[in-house]
Amino acid sequence: MTMKTHMKSVRGLGSAHSGTHHFWMQRVTATANVFLSIAFIIILIKAAGSDYEAAKALVASPLVAIAMILFVVSGIYHMHLGMQVIIEDYVHTENFKIPLVMGNKFFSIVIGLSCIYAVLTLSFGG
Amino acid sequence: MTDVDLKGKRPLSPHLQIYRPMLTMTMSIVHRITGAALYFGTVLLAYWLIALASGPEAFDTAQAIFGSWIGRLVLFGYTWALLNHMLGGFRHFIWDFGLGFGEQEREWLARLTLGGGLILTALVWIIAYSVL
Repeated sequence: MTMKTHMKSVRGLGSAHSGTHHFWMQRVTATANVFLSIAFIIILIKAAGSDYEAAKALVASPLVAIAMILFVVSGIYHMHLGMQVIIEDYVHTENFKIPLVMGNKFFSIVIGLSCIYAVLTLSFGG
Repeated sequence: MTDVDLKGKRPLSPHLQIYRPMLTMTMSIVHRITGAALYFGTVLLAYWLIALASGPEAFDTAQAIFGSWIGRLVLFGYTWALLNHMLGGFRHFIWDFGLGFGEQEREWLARLTLGGGLILTALVWIIAYSVL
């Protein structure tokens, strides 16, 4: 016997009020990361040992820039979700948990936007 | 029953130190540690891209740091963390489909994650050095 209303069951959002969204986005970004990480490794191998002009031309070229931005967006999203799970697993006092969860978001956004800004600067001929 | 401490010393369920270390458990912990390492390692990627966008001098400094033996060691570790975490992710995908939970299967998945991560890392670096 459940105390839930039918509407509550149908919505299926549970106690977190967001349903399986966290789990699902973890899997979506993980799938994207498989392809984007391979592209990222290939780009870095090409950039390894190259001088400034060559590295700049490489990262600024459209396909490489797009792959890098996609990798950063998907990777940062994924790592943000993962770190939130780690925090929620180990930190049980609200006074520590809330700043850490917030700090995780700040760190992810700062790193993500810094990377994207740098790639766009190179692409648009900075 | 007067000396029961209901607040501080309630019994807890057994934690890691109680169990004999097993490969499946170790690879699960390694998956989390590599994930955390990749998280903080994104600072390196941001630094490299910002240096490249800043100009030749900043970029040469970055290349010198990453090209030094300690820089290469960190990047080698980062490559392994990325590839091991990727293979650990495949393990989770297989489990998501309800497969690979058998006694032999889960052992093999852990072995393949460990071995595959090391082999792929070596492969990436052999290719990188042959290109240089």
